[in-house]
Amino acid sequence: MNIDSIHNGFVIDHIPAGRGMKLYELLGLDALDCSIALIKNVPSKKMGKKDIIKIDADISLNLDLIGFFAPDVTVNIIRDGVLVEKKSIALPEYLTGVIRCKNPRCITSCEQELAHKFKLTDAENHVYRCIYCETKASTEQ
Amino acid sequence: MKSLIDILDFSVEEVNALLDTADDIIANPDKYAECCKRKKLATLFFEPSTRTRLSFEAAMIELGGSVIGFSDAQNTSSSKGESVSDTAKVISCYADIIAMRHPKEGAPLVAAQAASIPVINAGDGGHNHPTQTLADLLTIRREKGSLENFTIGFCGDLKFGRTVHSLINALARYEGVRVVLISPDELKLPSYVKTDVLDRKGISYTQTTDLEAVMPELDVLYMTRVQKERFFNEEDYLRLKDSYILTPQKLTAAKKDLCILHPLPRVNEISVAIDDDPRACYFKQVLCAKYVRMALILKLLKEAGKIV
Repeated sequence: MNIDSIHNGFVIDHIPAGRGMKLYELLGLDALDCSIALIKNVPSKKMGKKDIIKIDADISLNLDLIGFFAPDVTVNIIRDGVLVEKKSIALPEYLTGVIRCKNPRCITSCEQELAHKFKLTDAENHVYRCIYCETKASTEQ
Repeated sequence: MKSLIDILDFSVEEVNALLDTADDIIANPDKYAECCKRKKLATLFFEPSTRTRLSFEAAMIELGGSVIGFSDAQNTSSSKGESVSDTAKVISCYADIIAMRHPKEGAPLVAAQAASIPVINAGDGGHNHPTQTLADLLTIRREKGSLENFTIGFCGDLKFGRTVHSLINALARYEGVRVVLISPDELKLPSYVKTDVLDRKGISYTQTTDLEAVMPELDVLYMTRVQKERFFNEEDYLRLKDSYILTPQKLTAAKKDLCILHPLPRVNEISVAIDDDPRACYFKQVLCAKYVRMALILKLLKEAGKIV
């Protein structure tokens, strides 16, 4: 399979296999008109199989969203065809405006323009809880 | 601006100092009678709670301050659609400190983020009720002499009982506290409280459905009401509401110095025949709640630079 190399943009690598499409949607990549490749089930020594997303545009990437949804991914930053930075994305301490609290009793369900904000409460098990009602976040939303 | 939204907003040292102040208020009430002169407490009660509101109001009045507020959201701007955040900003212009009760979980945190004065969470839905926890801690410390090395049984609704979750969170920071969880299967303590608090802090705990079997082990028994308002389904409420009723007979195997607590109001889960038993401490707990709220108002107003 041939995919053109990137001139200016990002390669999101080590996405757990099967999560690439969801991450593509969450990052809103379908709205961009640049070249984007979503490669699924790429053989990986470390992971067995992985997904990769290549974006040929210098966009603003929501790293918190990437870290929450696909922890341990690597974001490679390409400038003028050269890899200039390799970022390992850790779990962010806070997630603001990334996911929504689903608890109907939470103040976020009715307060005007209140950003949904979650805090990492258990890094080992990737648990995030709403800062307002402590409801556990789900990666399946 | 320091507020109290969750009991864990305060360090153990801060909690202990607050309880010391409450003890001093009990011993020397006159010393505190004018500490909050010309200061105003706003009690913003978006859902009914006679007890907590009156306790806060009595606390402020005994400190020499005054009280403004409401106890029915129907008569406020929130019924016109005003946000909690805007309400907090407006009230900051009128009062020196806010005590807020709201049916939505997290509403007092939203208020604290917007207000320019301290905010006290006076209960946010089924979530937190930190001043009840302070009252529980003060009562236990006064009755048992310490907040360390004792066995506490929580009985009744441990699933929706916010006072139980908050007290477990608070006690997990003290040494040698052993927890016995007594509830029907449907109302067990949520697993996240067990894993995030008890397991993580290495607190020894057991779970049972049999109150009488564990009664002899207990130094403190914390009874709770099965709360109708926490159920979506009345059928479930009716089935579970009478799960545990404490009677004099059930106390025969209890320790002579057992301390029986209940956040009140009670419905029928503690027989009135127990009220005269010296081990019944739930009305002392109400009194402790007022004194600890006095100590809290003093602490927050001092830290906000509003009193010396």
